[in-house]
Amino acid sequence: MAERLSPLEPVLRPGSRGQFENGVGVVLSEIAPGSIIQLAAWPGQEKAIIAAIKKVTGLALPDGAGGGVANGQKAAFGFAPAKFIVVDEAESISEALTKAVSPEVGTVTDLSHGRTAIRISGAKAAWVLAKFFAIDFSLVAFPVGAGRSTVHHDIFAQIQRSAPDQFDVYVFRSFARSFWHALCRASEEVGYEVR
Amino acid sequence: MLITCPYCGPRDVSEFTYQGDGNRERPAPASQNLDAWNEYVYDRLNPAGDHNEVWQHSGGCRSHLRVVRNTLTHEISSVVFARGHVPHRSPSRRGAKA
Ligand SMILES: [Zn+2]
Repeated sequence: MAERLSPLEPVLRPGSRGQFENGVGVVLSEIAPGSIIQLAAWPGQEKAIIAAIKKVTGLALPDGAGGGVANGQKAAFGFAPAKFIVVDEAESISEALTKAVSPEVGTVTDLSHGRTAIRISGAKAAWVLAKFFAIDFSLVAFPVGAGRSTVHHDIFAQIQRSAPDQFDVYVFRSFARSFWHALCRASEEVGYEVR
Repeated sequence: MLITCPYCGPRDVSEFTYQGDGNRERPAPASQNLDAWNEYVYDRLNPAGDHNEVWQHSGGCRSHLRVVRNTLTHEISSVVFARGHVPHRSPSRRGAKA
């Protein structure tokens, strides 16, 4: 696969900033997974896609809108009816999924170069994200593993809660640098560390 | 105003795009029935009350939705996926007169 260049490379500067005298409220990082894959099922083929994801990744997607799982190396979640995102540290997963999903069942689209994955973690993660996205970030409404599709002005985002205080935000790579700037600004008041 | 997307749950109206009157019925592409085309393009009910509408959750799951919205109160009484649901059409202005 062609070498991937991060759109955040010119602006991502590790270190603590903002009001961090009393500790950092959030940690921001780019997670740069090897694969970000979108799968879409034809009508009636949703279960077959879920089975294919299980076969290839071992991840068992829970039933229901926005259901998902994350285990550190791999993650998967629903973001729209019959549509799923699968993320893996490994780069080769696109081929394995393409083999597992026949054209009669659905489609597999490799977005690894098209999305940038930004992780925001820490006690104030939901607080900071709530400034951007008008969705309910409470653990009850947005449980660990679940995915959400939402938007901040023109910046479309798919968000997975990968731990109680940790969110992985997938944005179009062309918007990633702009979103990163805004995210840093929004994190200043709680103190943030870039890793 | 909140619209409860059948997939995403309640979301702010800013995540949605209005796609027009849900009462219209597009004539077949080859149709030469000018009255039917005129009705499709121009005739609107403009009711003061419940209105059948088409919306898209463009800033979310991108599903197309059939919404019944009260034009006086903005109360939304029904939201379903457009796919798989036959629209409940109100009689057109022209049809109502006839
Ligand atoms: Zn939706």
